Amino acid sequence: MNLLAIESSCDETAAAVVTDRLEVLASVVASQDELHRRFGGVVPEIASRAHVERILPVIDEALAKAGLALGDLDAVAVANTPGLAGSLLVGLAAAKTICLAMGIPLVAVNHLQAHIYACRLAAGEDVFPCVGLIASGGHTSLYRCAGPLDFKLLGATIDDAAGEAFDKVANMLGLAYPGGPSIQRAAEHGDPRAYRFPRAFLKDENRLDFSFSGLKTAVRYAIAGPGKPDFARLDLPENRVADLAAAFQEAVVDCLVDKAFLCLRKTGLATLCVGGGVAANRRLRERLDEEARRRNVRLCIAPLALSTDNAVMGAIAIERYKAGKIEPLDLDVYPGVVRQPA
Amino acid sequence: MNRLIHDVADESGTAALGAALGRALPNGTTVALCGTLGAGKTRLVQAIAEACGVDRRNVVSPTFVLIQEYHGRRPVYHIDAYRVRDEDDFEQLGPDEYFEGDGLTLVEWADRVEVCLPPDRVEVHIDVTGPTSRRFEILALGAGYDDAIEQLRAALG
Repeated sequence: MNLLAIESSCDETAAAVVTDRLEVLASVVASQDELHRRFGGVVPEIASRAHVERILPVIDEALAKAGLALGDLDAVAVANTPGLAGSLLVGLAAAKTICLAMGIPLVAVNHLQAHIYACRLAAGEDVFPCVGLIASGGHTSLYRCAGPLDFKLLGATIDDAAGEAFDKVANMLGLAYPGGPSIQRAAEHGDPRAYRFPRAFLKDENRLDFSFSGLKTAVRYAIAGPGKPDFARLDLPENRVADLAAAFQEAVVDCLVDKAFLCLRKTGLATLCVGGGVAANRRLRERLDEEARRRNVRLCIAPLALSTDNAVMGAIAIERYKAGKIEPLDLDVYPGVVRQPA
Repeated sequence: MNRLIHDVADESGTAALGAALGRALPNGTTVALCGTLGAGKTRLVQAIAEACGVDRRNVVSPTFVLIQEYHGRRPVYHIDAYRVRDEDDFEQLGPDEYFEGDGLTLVEWADRVEVCLPPDRVEVHIDVTGPTSRRFEILALGAGYDDAIEQLRAALG
């Protein structure tokens, strides 16, 4: 069976073809850079119009790479939650159109669950049941994943996402966007103990939530006093930037690692899957590795191509398809993350 | 122009101000939030939304998704212009639908897209005066907010 998976929840337009044996026949991700290069012209960073322009070339390219035609597809999967409403709608409209035209079933994908499923794909074997940690520019959440169809949200950020904190702190330190790689680089020569930044909820064993807003404020205050500083003109000495970057990164990593392993203890699970762009952070990987070895936990982190936004992780739809979870063609988008009542 | 200055010592003061704003502002109000990184814009929005019957835990920074809608006792729309490149980018999000709607529309980093905002609005400028202390300047632009500002003044003592 051949499944076409479509992903357009944020800035990336992506399509992939996977089989029911989880073989990846093709994967195409149109990032902004590639778009500038391949299709020419300026692309609005955020607008769904960019998705409209890219979605068909991306699907065509995925099918061509897989050596398939539309008629060879058995189902189409699409991420319909969470994400930007306008962006999600483009992928959904494309998916529905193909389903209607070809008379094949539509399968819904939860973008965050797909990030965890990326670890299943990378592991090449079953990873469930597991704890899933997603840390990206838009999300920081912990899930109990009983199986590929059974996810329960146990905690999430109450303000900024981890990746967002990296971006904003990088901005304050005069480092390049995206903040993850540039802070990691700056932190290499810094002393993580040079500053003592807050770690929200770290001592609260009853909470699996995150908060990075106070940390961001603390970094801001370590850089400049009261008022409205012009961060672009602060001109901080390089060693200070290095120390600030290292201390900030350590604080984020502390929170992510601590809550992930608290979640493992609370759920009694022994496998941790980590997805999202922040999973690419080297210090986070080191610390997760250390802790996993110490506590005898199986750690699954997807490689970069699978941990940032992509459509291959939409292969989770294979599980839903096999379980008979097919959607009607009036399926809607759900932009927000829905929390269960406390 | 109606103007109100309010100083708070810490985050709990921000929360109290947000709650008072959430109770005082009439439906259809657009609130422009201006303040540097870490000033407490999202925290203020959380308190306003909570006063409108929204579960605070669902109110997180919309920097990535750009617009979030919350459905409490009245609708609250939470927009973030941080990642928006220019006014054209912002217009493509269709903010007018929210501005003209009957909920409460809260715009973070509003100073980046000032020309796109409705002329009748409430502005909240947040100044960082210390590690935890903040000064809020609340400006009512256009008519129709006098009652709300008086109510706010009374609530804040």
